[in-house]
Amino acid sequence: MNTLAFIALLLPAFGSAVTFIGGRDLRHVKFWSTAPIAAAFVATLLVALEHGTAGTSTHTYSIGTAGAFHVEIGTRVSGLAALTAVLVAGVALCVQAYSTSYLGGEPRYASYAALISLFTAAMLTVVYAADLIVLLVGWEIMGACSYFLIGHYWEKPVARAASIKAFLMTKTGDVPFLFGLIALGVQAKSFQINDVIVAADNAALHHPAWIAALLLCGVLGKSAQFPLHSWLPDAMAGPTPISALIHAATMVAAGIYLVALLYPVFVLAPAVLVAMAVIAAITMLGSALCALAQTDVKKILAYSTVSQLAYMLGGLAVGGRSQAIYLLLVHGAFKALLFLAAGVVIHRVGSNELSAMGGLRYRMPIAYGSMTVGLLALAGIPPFSGFFGKEGVLGAAYSASGEFAAPGRIVLIFGLITAGVTAAYALRLWLGVFHGPFPEAPHEHEARVEAPQTELIPLVLLSIPAAALGVVVLFGTGFSHVLGGWSGEAGSLLGSGATDLWPTGITTLLSLLFVVGFGGLTYLAWRRDRQADPAVMLLGPARGLLLEGFYFDRLIDAGVVRPTRAAAKLVAYLDANVFDAYVRGSGTGARDLGSVLRRLQTGSVQFYLTCLFLGVVVMAAVYAYVGTVS
Amino acid sequence: MHAVYPLVLGALLFSIGLYGVLARRNAIAVLLAIELLLNAVTLNLVAFGSILRDQYGMGQVFTLFIITIAAAETGLGLAIVLLLYRQRATADLGEQRELAEPVERFDADELVPATELSTTEPSTTVLGAAR
Amino acid sequence: MTHSYLSPTGVEIAFVLVGLVILGSGLLVVTIKNLVYAALWLVVCMGSVAVEYLLLGAELLAWVQVLIYAGAVIVLFLFGLMLTKAPIGPTEELNVRNRWPALLVGLGAAGTLVTVVVQAYQHTWFDPRSSVSLGTGRSLGTQVFQYWVLPFEVLSVLLLAALVGAIVLSRRQRDSEEAEA
Repeated sequence: MNTLAFIALLLPAFGSAVTFIGGRDLRHVKFWSTAPIAAAFVATLLVALEHGTAGTSTHTYSIGTAGAFHVEIGTRVSGLAALTAVLVAGVALCVQAYSTSYLGGEPRYASYAALISLFTAAMLTVVYAADLIVLLVGWEIMGACSYFLIGHYWEKPVARAASIKAFLMTKTGDVPFLFGLIALGVQAKSFQINDVIVAADNAALHHPAWIAALLLCGVLGKSAQFPLHSWLPDAMAGPTPISALIHAATMVAAGIYLVALLYPVFVLAPAVLVAMAVIAAITMLGSALCALAQTDVKKILAYSTVSQLAYMLGGLAVGGRSQAIYLLLVHGAFKALLFLAAGVVIHRVGSNELSAMGGLRYRMPIAYGSMTVGLLALAGIPPFSGFFGKEGVLGAAYSASGEFAAPGRIVLIFGLITAGVTAAYALRLWLGVFHGPFPEAPHEHEARVEAPQTELIPLVLLSIPAAALGVVVLFGTGFSHVLGGWSGEAGSLLGSGATDLWPTGITTLLSLLFVVGFGGLTYLAWRRDRQADPAVMLLGPARGLLLEGFYFDRLIDAGVVRPTRAAAKLVAYLDANVFDAYVRGSGTGARDLGSVLRRLQTGSVQFYLTCLFLGVVVMAAVYAYVGTVS
Repeated sequence: MHAVYPLVLGALLFSIGLYGVLARRNAIAVLLAIELLLNAVTLNLVAFGSILRDQYGMGQVFTLFIITIAAAETGLGLAIVLLLYRQRATADLGEQRELAEPVERFDADELVPATELSTTEPSTTVLGAAR
Repeated sequence: MTHSYLSPTGVEIAFVLVGLVILGSGLLVVTIKNLVYAALWLVVCMGSVAVEYLLLGAELLAWVQVLIYAGAVIVLFLFGLMLTKAPIGPTEELNVRNRWPALLVGLGAAGTLVTVVVQAYQHTWFDPRSSVSLGTGRSLGTQVFQYWVLPFEVLSVLLLAALVGAIVLSRRQRDSEEAEA
């Protein structure tokens, strides 16, 4: 099983290498970009099936020692890893297939496909890693690939700026993350994940709060939570399939995955759990409101991703590990679906803006159908999978106890409100894209112009889990048994590892209330004027603020960018005028000294002779004195 | 006789001649002072010849030679002074400044001065080469 | 036997008095403002030095000094003064503008030399009368032509070279141009 996992990891890397080396001259680029990933997907499925409900299976090779540490690299297959790997490989396959027609004709398709394959390999490395350092390697490679892929359309300054912004913000989180990993490894006396979890379980870590806080910084950066969230909406400048893969299903999920993986460490730090809950709460509501105000379809989906990730983080903060991972998996499915469908629609309409869309219901039926499924899942309408995911988190928040009690209350309140706002913006998106008049020809019924098949098949395929994954809930505690307890050991009831995903009564009722209430308001606002944006009426004066994302970027600009630029100017000024002044001064000093000496060259021979004889007399006197004294 | 007397006399005469070489401006006056130097030296030599009375009679013989050389040197020296006078219409040594290097003001980034020289005697040959 | 400085012999007294004349005229040579007078004071100096030679027992040298130095060399100087149209009367421009460095050097040299000499030779005593025989013409001639023949011959070559050089240097430019054309 571990060998299969290793193969699953290597296949996309191999595909990426072939595509990179082959470049533009490679024939069958489309084959090389999709086939290895398809094989990897099959491999991850086999790994997951073989793993079943067994515990963690680790297989490592020792490659020597580094100081006090024994270095071993290899794969670790746990329930969590197996399921996440299936999600990653599956979404990657859909995205690659989709891209063959979405971007297939563009000149840089080969490098694009190679980067996606590399990215997939890196994410699988993170998922299957047995070692913290290998995990970090995969983590960083993902960050680098994200930079390249967001900046794929580097002709546009918006894309260049967005890729640098994403890179810098995730790196800002990655530096404390690195320190956290090192501290964790040092205190657990080993960098192997198994050893770390054992050390955390046995309370052998001395400063779990610090470690958890440092690791949380990396999670915030990678999963786009407040305050490192504003790179995700801007990252929509990249191609739509990238948004589907990286910024919906996989890379941003890596942060959540890490918290779930090292959960025993986080559990030891109640303060960090509260901080997690607070951040999740702020993020989920704030980004949901921003999503409601956006006019760009992709930005709506981006803010929606941030909000859903906050849900997952909130779930982890209240002890609902299984629920959070369940939401991660279903969110990956339906968000990827939504992005790919949005891509189809955008290609058809030629613009990202909501105002350019409308009435596509009959013109693009398959896109309409799949996007409806996705939006229903997003809004949390039963029996779609998103409903169970959201309910799981809210239920965990409601029944949280002990150290999870305070986070539980925060997450519950904000989660309920956000559920309502989520429904509102999902409905607004649905109505704005597919209903109402078609802007170009208000009263025409044009012929259907659908997207090519290679784009539609992934949509249909992804709709299935989006709709049907709710069926997992019927297995009761089966999911958490597969996932394993917090330590990854199946059947171990350490903490509250075995949980039931079935929604609890009160929270379900309240959340449905919020959903119907906010959704109804939106519908009524839309009914008044089908052509206008319902958000104008709903949000009123706050709309401008929300459209700009609470002007958060301006805050960063004033607080970070400007001082950095000023400091750079100061340093440049100091270098030119202080240090260079010394350098120039040494030159000027030497020259001035020379001109002083030059005054001796009077040209008068007698002056020269005088100096000469003065010297001779002095030397003679000294010599005579020394001679007589000694 | 105490040996100190001729020797001190020679030393003092030498110092007077040295002062004269350094302090006089006319070329011929300098040559006169040089003669004083030579006389001091010969006085010294003769005194030591008397004191030591060696078998080669070195003191007085050398003095003879020095007198001869002084005469030759005077002849040549005056010829040079004559040449100097003919070219420059003056025998004043204080006015000869070809060996001078003018003191110039440079800015920090210049290799050659942009401003004029600070000395009062411009000598175009020297600076023509520098520019 | 030790000789005291406080009881000088006759020779010593004469030597010191003539020495004073030498120093005085020497000072005048280097400080006087009249160039011709300076040359003439040099004559006095040379003559006094000749007297000193006599007191030290160098007879031939004294006459050579008078003949060549006071006779020929000074006359050469006076010719030079005449040919370079030197100022005849007293002039201010005879001394360098800044005399203090030169004075410093002179005094320094004097101090050093006198100190060294006095410290080295203050107990040395010699009798000049015993070197009179060495200073005669016969004795000096024997020395020169017995031990110093080669330098003597070289000296004559030197004199020849000086003669030729002086003539070459002091030729007028017109003569050289006429010779080439």
